[in-house]
Amino acid sequence: MEFSRRDTLAMGLGAAVVTVLPFRVSAAADDKIAEFTGGAEMSDGGITLTAPEIAENGNTVPISVEAPGATAILVLAMGNPTPGVATFNFGPMAGSQSASTRIRLAGTQDVVAVAKLADGSFAKASSTVKVTIGGCGG
Amino acid sequence: MAASALVGASGFGNWARLAAQQSLTQDQLLEFDTYGNVSLIHVTDIHAQLKPIFFREPEINLGIGDARGQMPHVTGADFRKAYGIADGSPSAYALTYNDFSSLARSYGRVGGLDRVSTVINAIRADRPDALLLDGGDTWHGSYTCYHSQGQDMVNVMNALKPDAMTFHWEFTLGSDRVNEIVEELPYAALGQNIFDSEWDEPAELFKPYKFFERGGVKVAVIGQAFPYMPIANPRWMFPEYSFGIRDENMQAMVDEVRGMGAECVVVLSHNGFDVDKKMASRVSGIDVILSGHTHDALPEPVLVGQTYIIASGSNGKFVSRVDLDVRDGKMMGLKHKLIPIFSDVIAPDPMITKLIDEQRAPHKAQLEEVIGHTDENSLLYRRGNFNGTWDDVICDALLSEREADIAMSPGVRWGPSILPGQAITREDIWNVTSMSYGEAYRTEMTGEFIHVILEDVADNLFNPDPYYQQGGDMVRIGGMGYRIDVTKPQGKRISELTLLKTGEKIDPSKTYMVAGWASVNEGTEGPQIWDVVESHIRKQGTVSVSPNTSVQVAGV
Repeated sequence: MEFSRRDTLAMGLGAAVVTVLPFRVSAAADDKIAEFTGGAEMSDGGITLTAPEIAENGNTVPISVEAPGATAILVLAMGNPTPGVATFNFGPMAGSQSASTRIRLAGTQDVVAVAKLADGSFAKASSTVKVTIGGCGG
Repeated sequence: MAASALVGASGFGNWARLAAQQSLTQDQLLEFDTYGNVSLIHVTDIHAQLKPIFFREPEINLGIGDARGQMPHVTGADFRKAYGIADGSPSAYALTYNDFSSLARSYGRVGGLDRVSTVINAIRADRPDALLLDGGDTWHGSYTCYHSQGQDMVNVMNALKPDAMTFHWEFTLGSDRVNEIVEELPYAALGQNIFDSEWDEPAELFKPYKFFERGGVKVAVIGQAFPYMPIANPRWMFPEYSFGIRDENMQAMVDEVRGMGAECVVVLSHNGFDVDKKMASRVSGIDVILSGHTHDALPEPVLVGQTYIIASGSNGKFVSRVDLDVRDGKMMGLKHKLIPIFSDVIAPDPMITKLIDEQRAPHKAQLEEVIGHTDENSLLYRRGNFNGTWDDVICDALLSEREADIAMSPGVRWGPSILPGQAITREDIWNVTSMSYGEAYRTEMTGEFIHVILEDVADNLFNPDPYYQQGGDMVRIGGMGYRIDVTKPQGKRISELTLLKTGEKIDPSKTYMVAGWASVNEGTEGPQIWDVVESHIRKQGTVSVSPNTSVQVAGV
């Protein structure tokens, strides 16, 4: 392939536009949590959220949640225009209270999981997932 | 012209050899009282450097947050002071950047896998069942490696008989080629964090760990591949694989091998040093992490909790020997030496020299062709958080050969140095540019987007949480200056972007012509970067570089 020095070729460093700042938490996300918990306090223990620190592909980010004894787990992408991802409900016959899914993240933001535990209390876990242009790896 | 004749012509061939030999001996470099019952030999980030090279360590290597002022974020005089290294000594030459050109003339080239072989053989003479562990970035980084798709390195490394390996740039050969090599590899290919991207399950071809019985001790070696391969390198080249740090799985693997009777747990890692430090603080039960990726060379281990972290440099410049005393299922002590491979002091292993020369023979004329020279005051190097002089030459090549306003060159940490007054061969150009996605693109970008790119890359380097760092240096920029405050959060670090040719501030809404290379996007088009650089250097004849003051760094 021959190239003249002035050929303009696209697909350079980052073809997609990414915003500079991490995405802000949308008000809708806080509303969703309040709706789920009825405004109750949330503890830190009792729920495990596993998410990558940096997304390999922001369009499909694998996450998993686990909360032993939980009856329901709400998952939110706090910075997405539509923050609700899923609510997993576990019946009394459920073998384990865990679930995995893939979510689309519009940009760097926190992913939050809130579990309703067997005793009716709530537990929350949060993880920042970075969405980056990439390149320049050592 | 033969390579040896070129070295002679530039005036520091035999003289360097004599100077180095007067102040150092092979016995001194290898001196080590064998200790305990297990020996580990660590090599990492060789980047396909089969032959001795020059390699200048960084002047600027900033640590952010908790890493500020901590090893390995200490350079120059502070580094020498921390380890009691005398100015001008062999260790000063090997480990710090000051007076590099003159010390290089005294102490000569470093590395060469035939010299590395001699060191490995000497350690094996002391301890025949020593484990040789390769931290990866081995099948990438030279003319012969590119043209043989890594086969030259595979052939030579096989002759050194490693016991296990982990990975990074190897995957940029493409998954078909990586799979082909790994299926035939006569030693373990490890990575507890190498997963199948479709099912997010451990990849079948790469095992998480391997057990070795050494000196009556059950040693488990767990692999940790570079976590951010699909982000820092083109994901489309290995779409079947997913990585990540996965420290919860690392803990599960440590618990599993301990449960199976491991008395000593070694992690062969390509995380980068700060990520390894954090991982050691979160995962319990690891005795030793052999750290790679960020190319740091430290003469002493860094202890985090109960875990010793060993950093063994890059480009074949060092070999680490780590002797362990393991008794009653517990590590009782550790003795370590970072052995610098002074190529004029350590005798080459003739069998490996022959093997290396066989790999190079078909390409000899191409490798040795002289493209230009450096002038008497110009040292070409890359390492450092911001522009190195080699990158300045590459950016200049992009600006002039592609008629661009602004040039971008990736902040990779590999690439040997060229001394003042030295011939620049085609091999030298490939050593700093070779990769499987080297197309030099030319594209329009708005000022705003250029700012976004700089902020994005800066966060991959200066995020205070190591788990959000990717281990590269800052993208190198030609034709544009900027100010960076490394202590600020993403979006606030970069300011005062200035187009150098006019002195005007970059306008966020205006469009600029940008030339760069190493795009991670599929379908990038353009001439190969090594051809662009060769054409530029050929026109220059003599390359001269001047101090680059276009990046103002604050918050240091």
